[in-house]
Amino acid sequence: MRKLNFSEAAEDALAQAMAQDKHIIYFGEDVVANRRNLLVRFGKDRVRNTPISESAFLGAAVTAAMSGLRPVVEIMIIDFIAVAMDALLNHAAKIETFSGGKWNVPLVVRAACGGGYGDGGQHEQSLWGWLAHIPGLSVVVPSTPADAGGLILAALEHPNPVIFLEHKLLAENWLDFMGTGGRKTVQFDVPVEGARGPAPRKWQQIPIGQAVERRKGSDLTIISIGVGVHRALEAADSLDEQGISVSVIDLRTISPLDKGAIIESVAKTGRLLVVDEDYESFGLSGELAAITLEAGIPLKYNRVCTMGTIPFSRELEDQALPNVQRIKKAAVSLMEN
Amino acid sequence: MQPDLWALYRLMLHSRLFENAVIHLWDEGLISGEMHMGIGEEAIVAGIVSQLIEGDALALDHRGTPPLLMRGVDPVLLLREFLGRPDGLCAGMGGHMHLFSREHLAASSGIVGASGPAAVGFALSGVLQRPGTLAVAFFGEGSMNQGMLLESMNLAVVWNLPVLFVCKDNGWSISTMSPSMTGGNLLDRAHGFGMPGIAVDGNDIESFYAVGEEAVQRARNGEGPTFIRASCSHPEGHMLGLQLQRIARQPLKEMGEIAGPLLRSVTRVKGASLRERVESVKEILSMLGKTIKEEYIPGDDPLKLTRQKLIKDESRLDDLEREVLQEIEIVVEQALEPEELELGRTQ
Repeated sequence: MRKLNFSEAAEDALAQAMAQDKHIIYFGEDVVANRRNLLVRFGKDRVRNTPISESAFLGAAVTAAMSGLRPVVEIMIIDFIAVAMDALLNHAAKIETFSGGKWNVPLVVRAACGGGYGDGGQHEQSLWGWLAHIPGLSVVVPSTPADAGGLILAALEHPNPVIFLEHKLLAENWLDFMGTGGRKTVQFDVPVEGARGPAPRKWQQIPIGQAVERRKGSDLTIISIGVGVHRALEAADSLDEQGISVSVIDLRTISPLDKGAIIESVAKTGRLLVVDEDYESFGLSGELAAITLEAGIPLKYNRVCTMGTIPFSRELEDQALPNVQRIKKAAVSLMEN
Repeated sequence: MQPDLWALYRLMLHSRLFENAVIHLWDEGLISGEMHMGIGEEAIVAGIVSQLIEGDALALDHRGTPPLLMRGVDPVLLLREFLGRPDGLCAGMGGHMHLFSREHLAASSGIVGASGPAAVGFALSGVLQRPGTLAVAFFGEGSMNQGMLLESMNLAVVWNLPVLFVCKDNGWSISTMSPSMTGGNLLDRAHGFGMPGIAVDGNDIESFYAVGEEAVQRARNGEGPTFIRASCSHPEGHMLGLQLQRIARQPLKEMGEIAGPLLRSVTRVKGASLRERVESVKEILSMLGKTIKEEYIPGDDPLKLTRQKLIKDESRLDDLEREVLQEIEIVVEQALEPEELELGRTQ
């Protein structure tokens, strides 16, 4: 099987879908430069630059989607969605319900997310829990090139709004744009398997709402998403040497959650550790505890999430984001108590 | 009043040399993340900031270094902030896009257009608590399509607030040519809100200072906000290391990386017509062409232009330049000294 970088895979699958479906159009800021490969193939009617007017172009995408198009809207980084939140919160997410199920919004919002490269707290947030909180939005976060391609394809075939988030440590174009800037003097903890990996010649969709077990284990279940999955796998290998057998589940989709996979694994291990690069409180990590408890599973629980506003300082940032040491410590404490 | 060109040149040179040091430290990997320079904007910033008094406020964008330096923020603290140190201006928590100095009423943001509402709020508290003061919003022309900035212009007009909306227009929104994404005329937008709008050469410190002075007076006299559109250029591009700039500087190396995928995409079956594909390639080439042209034929440099006006007193100019250079060398040296906390730990 051929190997692709993360962004190449997403673009390859996107191009496959765009070649098949003329209704797919693509727009966002700086798209002529950043998505030039799509532009030269599909032309400027379908691949469009926008002004820096997120609330206008995302709002416009909602009705464009309602009236026959399938827009993919790029919000450069998910932090910037705040400027255009109304379009998602009060419109895209609610049209299907408001219309009595008679009208839907097949819209894909694509954005880079996540930290680990020293850009500060206004450019490195994850925000997936915040978005998934809104009924009517699906949120997907691939952790490998294969999932990037498969999930964007699924998003493009989904009848309702999907937020597609790609982590900047995985997406090579964004890491170059915001972190490396062509320098050889900086290094980041990029998960190798997440940044480059096998990719099919012809893409098939990976269904939205389907988690995958990345590692089998019997003592403890770690549930994560995005770069957190790779941190969890690294921690799991190390914990294995200490005699702790860890199962790692990659959610791939936050909303809707794959409740079956989550409950099945936690029922077996009785211990749940959530590794979530989004903020700790009122989000994904708490939700995972809630659904397992609602299913009547007795469990021991711990979580490793982003602590507070993300600091600019690289050293402090590494402590604030979930890291392998914090994961191992949390796992060991779960086993002891 | 005639501006003191010597003082202004000093401010501008100090900022330029400081930022040159920042470029070096960023290249060395000692500064992380994106880095947006204010190089090319010095005359605009100096022309306004030199006219501020205590109690005036600054709402800044992602190019906050020159305004903060010129307003009197300690350059050592600023540089330590960029280095992410706990003894930096914001304890290493903010970084260059999120700089704050409470004592100077200066707040910045990495969100495009956010300086508009921020200036309005500062101006409101100024009117109620610090009569005679004003607030400045610095932003690029790309933000003129951001709703919150346009909304804040209207708000400043209807509340008759002392705001200077200073648009630093270099013609680029990251890698997008701004005129291609901007309808009408920026001055007309200001006029449409019922506010004076003035266009001026942002590289010419004297013309800019005069325009700024009038706007400052209007604001202090309670006559409301003014919009200034000042042209300038960014010789370092939108930010350091942006691929577009790298292509302009090392076309062979960088083009090699992008040409393959581009060629494969343009020749793939299924997609737009040949005519549309050719047009798209032309659009990309025009973007590259403009960047390369600006790399080799840069716009006017505000420092060079100001220097020419002072060249008749060459020895004074030499002294000033030597002095500022020494100051910056000391700043860099001090900023790179080991942290006191660490010294404490090793003792």
